[in-house]
Amino acid sequence: MSVIRIWQSTVGKKVVMAVSGIFLMLFLITHLAGNLTMFAPDDGALFNQYAHKLESMGVLLYVAEAGLLAIFLFHVVAAFQVYLGKKRARAGGYDRDASKGGPSKLTVASRSMIITGIVLLIFIPVHIWMFKFNAGQEFTYTEVGGEEVKNLYAVVVESFQNPWIAFGYTAVMLLLGLHLRHGFWSSLQSLGAMSPRWTPAIYAVGLIFALLLAGGFLLLPLYFFFFGEIPDAGMGGGL
Amino acid sequence: MKFQVKVWRQKNRQDAGRFETYTVEDVIPEMSFLEMLDLLNEQLLKRDESPIEFDSDCREGICGTCGLVVDGMAHGPKRACTTCELRMRNFSEDKTIVVEPFRAHGFPVIKDLVVDREAFDRIIAAGGYTSVNTGSAPEANALLIPKDIAEKAMDSAACIGCGACVAACPNASASLFVSAKITQFSLLPQGAAERKRRAVRMVEQMDREGFGNCSNHAECEAACPKSISIENIAVMRREYMKGALAGA
Repeated sequence: MSVIRIWQSTVGKKVVMAVSGIFLMLFLITHLAGNLTMFAPDDGALFNQYAHKLESMGVLLYVAEAGLLAIFLFHVVAAFQVYLGKKRARAGGYDRDASKGGPSKLTVASRSMIITGIVLLIFIPVHIWMFKFNAGQEFTYTEVGGEEVKNLYAVVVESFQNPWIAFGYTAVMLLLGLHLRHGFWSSLQSLGAMSPRWTPAIYAVGLIFALLLAGGFLLLPLYFFFFGEIPDAGMGGGL
Repeated sequence: MKFQVKVWRQKNRQDAGRFETYTVEDVIPEMSFLEMLDLLNEQLLKRDESPIEFDSDCREGICGTCGLVVDGMAHGPKRACTTCELRMRNFSEDKTIVVEPFRAHGFPVIKDLVVDREAFDRIIAAGGYTSVNTGSAPEANALLIPKDIAEKAMDSAACIGCGACVAACPNASASLFVSAKITQFSLLPQGAAERKRRAVRMVEQMDREGFGNCSNHAECEAACPKSISIENIAVMRREYMKGALAGA
């Protein structure tokens, strides 16, 4: 049976969503780990060095970025297919709609996956434009370990001085947390990796995972908004 | 007891349908929800109005014929309970009770609260059976099935095919029903032989019937009168993928 035919099935679409979702979650973990280097008390030297290392990977970076983009697109396409399928499957809603509770995992998080997903879909290009391309402006350079590197740290700190950007990011990260709250456990259930013995534990781990990731990511905008100081371009060295 | 009920009325498949509100008097708390509707129908007939059509058969929670969405919940607010076993003591007189048919593209309304659930029959016909040679019954101990596996198969086989899972699912997915059937057969030696093609055929038929995609809300498990676990859906996904990848 062809891969296309599997994707066309309802089960296949969820497998696509789950596998791509798991890769995206793994990406988020590495992204967060990279971000947290900003908290090193060295005026961003470690973070700038990390960013520089990534950029000096050359072709490998492009391959990784293309792969990530493909995974992201798989996730988005399957998500819209699921959403449209849902719309077709029940045209009108119920007059009164309620959850029966108990084993139900129908939550604000599970119901708003398409909304939080669309917010992230809009957010990600904006985010890349802001930080990868510095919104079209030239980067300043700083010296780390005897090398001239882009001062990405300064761009981040400066951006988060703006309350719109800082609190906008914080809000989006809260929505990301909501997305992950359902997404983590849902991905495993979609892959059939569930048994009644593990479901409660995995569902709980999903909550912890969502809290840790959303919390970790929104720490940055809030921290730099309240305590951030734009580092002097010349002070970036010293690692 | 006296209740206000807001009921979906629809003349036929083509009719757009609308809600009508009725007052039902002389309800006793021990009455089942369907008996309350019977009483309302008697009162409607006396006034020369057309009675409300709804499905029911055994009225003891085992046949899967009845099924209404009561106050926004398939089979009403009580868990692990069919509409016929729901009692009026579970309701308060102060609040209007809203009664709607199961709503899904795969379950078109025939009249009032009656929906066409033949889609489920077609899914079963696509693979929900075992093709075995008939003849004299085999010796009982020839086919050994461990007790725990027999019990798990029975848990899945408890599905009465009422369709509440579809009605309760925000996506109108039939995954719980289909997965219960697939799991039940896959656990037992008689069904295991055809497990791959069964899973693929039943899932594809489910999709053809226009049911939605399962988004793992687990509301179906909460609505299921037989408390079928969504673990069955996990099993269905494994069975389908194994079947599909094996080219079944």
